[in-house]
Order: sequence, then structure tokens, then C-alpha cells
Amino acid sequence: MSGFFTRERITAGHGYNRWLIPPAALAVHLCIGQAYAFSVFNEPLTRIIGVSQSAPDDWKLTTIGWIYSLAIVFLGLSAAFAGKWLEKVGPRRTMFTAACLFGGGFLLSAFGIKTHQIWLLYLGYGVLGGCGLGLGYVSPVSTLIKWFPDHRGMATGMAIMGFGGGAMIGAPLGVALMKHFQSATSVGVMEAFITMGVLYFISMVIGSLAIRIPAQDWKPQGWTPPAETKKMVTRRHVHIDQALMTPQFYLLWLILCLNVTAGIGILGQASVMIQEMFKGAITPEAAAGFVGLLSLFNMGGRFVWSSASDYLGRQNTYFLFFALGTFLYSMLPTFSGEGNIIMFIAAAAVILSMYGGGFATIPAYLADIFGTKFVGGIHGRLLTAWSTAGVLGPVLVNYIREYQISHGVAKADAYTTTLYIMACLLAVGFVCNLLMKEVHERHYMKHEDIDDPLQG
Amino acid sequence: MENSKQEKTERHTLLLVVFWAYVLIPLGWGVFQTFRKAMALFH
Repeated sequence: MSGFFTRERITAGHGYNRWLIPPAALAVHLCIGQAYAFSVFNEPLTRIIGVSQSAPDDWKLTTIGWIYSLAIVFLGLSAAFAGKWLEKVGPRRTMFTAACLFGGGFLLSAFGIKTHQIWLLYLGYGVLGGCGLGLGYVSPVSTLIKWFPDHRGMATGMAIMGFGGGAMIGAPLGVALMKHFQSATSVGVMEAFITMGVLYFISMVIGSLAIRIPAQDWKPQGWTPPAETKKMVTRRHVHIDQALMTPQFYLLWLILCLNVTAGIGILGQASVMIQEMFKGAITPEAAAGFVGLLSLFNMGGRFVWSSASDYLGRQNTYFLFFALGTFLYSMLPTFSGEGNIIMFIAAAAVILSMYGGGFATIPAYLADIFGTKFVGGIHGRLLTAWSTAGVLGPVLVNYIREYQISHGVAKADAYTTTLYIMACLLAVGFVCNLLMKEVHERHYMKHEDIDDPLQG
Repeated sequence: MENSKQEKTERHTLLLVVFWAYVLIPLGWGVFQTFRKAMALFH
């Protein structure tokens, strides 16, 4: 059985069609992307005992909020700490483990709902599910980079677009399942969790069975690596541990963290923000539509921007994100003040497309700077930036808003300072990107070290 | 020999179509649901 997972077993033979790899990666990312849609369970989870309405012993919304937060923190931690392991064992074992953890997390959480033990939900969806998210996120991406050396950005965009799309499947699926299973004695969340756990497990296992890695000397048919490498694109490799010794790693960490913090600032508050900034003009239904529109741009941006980065260059793409993002963020209060809803929506949609684009382009940026050999593990370590931003973004927006309202600022104007702060964060990101240079000679692996035992 | 090569190619193409459909159909459904929700913004 253990042989089934080995790198030798999943190394593709001659003539293997590399276009079979993106759907394998998508099969995993479309599942784990459900995490973005976890909020559809929040309100029903507060009625487990009372069913029709919350009973005194039911969980509070603040208690439930920790489940998602834990999942995002463990996404970053697992991706960071399992980096070396996933490079050693290869994508099939990693993706299979992710399937067990993510699917198992749902099942354990369902048991937690049955016995009304919140810690089982923290452990199930939060810790186990979060670890499944981390492993399932990184492994297919690094595999795709190796299969598409000619279109790294497009390849990573395809998988990471799946993560954005996963929420679009997970939200209506979760709602439909709860509706199907609800009864006089149940809100239907437990049954929905069991169904989703099994479905996601099966889909992720299919992805892990289909995944292949290219042979050592493989290259796409008709493609020859350019004789002269472009600036900021290396053909050599930096070891996973050595990458942490480079300033480039920390600059990229900041670039991701700042871009994500700014995006979450809008995404997390979009519905309330647009209703308060255009009081009376935007109904709750229209605000929900605004959130949907932003999700579409978030997903589309992942594919479009990362594919564009193959032509623009990774550094230039981030320059565009940060320059345009700073300008658009600083214009949002003006559009709101003028009552210009169309421009407000358009600007927010472009900002969200760049938020998604930032996620999808970063693995290709890493591969350009550190080489492809350990890109999965290095990407995993970089994802701690996402966990940090996941906490930082909402905290910044919520606390500044609360502070302003408590000091007499009108609700419609309470977001102005926050939006300017977000613009400043993006300006800092621009500087970090400006400081990016090629890795110093001493950090690259020597030729004789390339066949590292880490590679199994 | 020629026939078996052609059969293999056809099998690969079929697998490719089926596998892409397997991921694109649910994704398309999700995008459609979200698009419908987003349309409320323009009503």
C-alpha cells in the first residue's frame, strides 16, 4: 500500500498529457475552498438545541466564530511545518492525507454537533480541517508549477481559482443540504456536515489518485528553456531551509500579508460597508449581490492576473496590484461621498480581483526567485502570512470602525480612515516589491546537492 | 499497431474531457448561483 504513494509510482510516463493535472488539482481546491463559505453554518449552529430559535444553552455566535479562525490559523501552521514532509513524500500522499483530514474534520464536527461539544468542532473543522486545508492547498500548486514551466502563472492560477470557486459551490451546497435535512427536531447542520465530509473526501481522493509528477528530465513538447534567463527568474534552486535565510522570503511574506490584509478589509465587511456608505440606496438583498459580485471578481482575478503575470513579469504584476490598489482604495471614500455607486462597485471589484490575483501569483513568484525544487515547502511557509492577515484584516477594520463610531463619527463616514489605512498598507507593499532582487549567489544549491535525500 | 495507437489516443481524449467536466460542471453551477445572487445588485 505504501508503494502506491511513492514518487516512483506517480512519476508520469512518456507522452503523458499534462492537461490531466489541472483537474486533479481543481478536484482538491474546489473542496477545500468550502472554508470561505463556512459562515453559512454560523447562524444555524446557534440553534442546535432550540432548533427554531436559540435556546439559553445554545452556542453563541462569538463561540462559533473561533471554528473558522482556528481553521485559517492551522492552514498556515500545517503548510509551514509540513513543508519538508510534503516535498519528501510527494503530492499523492499529501493530497490523500489532506482528504482524510478535511473529510474527517467534517465528520468529527458532526459528532460534536450530535453531542453538543464545541471543542469537537474546534478540533474537527478547526484543527484537523485546517491542517487538511494547508496540505491540500500547497501540494497541487507546486506540482502544477513543475508541469507548466512555460506558463507557471496560468498553472497556479487554475488551481487557486478553484479555491475561490470552492466557496461558490460550498455555500449553496451547504444551504441546500441544511434545507433538505431540517426537521422539527434538527436544523440539519449535522447531516449536512456528514454529507459534505463524505463528498469532499471522495472528490479529494480522486484528485490524489489522478495526480502525477513529471520525470526529472521532462519538458513540454516543443518547448526549450530560453537560452538567457530573464531578470528575476532563476533556473537554479534554493533549499527550503536556506530560503528562510534570504531577505527575499520575508519581503514576499510581507507582500502577501499586506495584499491579503487589504483585500480582507473589504471582503469581510462588504455587505455592511456598502449599506452604511450608501444609506437608503442599497437594500440588504442588493448588498448580498455586491458580496456575490466581489466573489466572482476574486475568483476570476486569480486566473486572469496570474496568467497575465506570465507576460508582464511577476514583479511588474505586483507593482500594478499595489499602485492601482492604493489609488482605488483612496478613491473609495470620494466615490461614497459623491454618492457614485457605480464607481464604488467597480473600484471594489477591481480591488478584489487583485486580492485573488495576489494569492494566485505568489507561488509563481516564489518559483521564479527560489527555483521549482522546493517551491511547495517554501510556499507552505509563506502561507503563515495569510493566517496573519486573516486575523489582522478584520481586526483593523472592526476596531477602527468601532473606535470612530464611539467617538461620534457618522456610520457612513466611519470607514474612511480604515480605507486610507488600507491604501497605506498597499503603498508599503509597493516598497517591499521594489526591494525585491535576485537571491544572492551563496544561497543557491550546488549542483551536487540537487539530488537531496529530502526528495525521497 | 496503428489501430491500437489510435484507440489509446481516443481513450486519453475521452478521459481528458470527462475529468475536466467533472470539475467544471460543479464550478459552473457555483458560478451561476453566485452570478444570480450578484444580479440583485442591479435590480
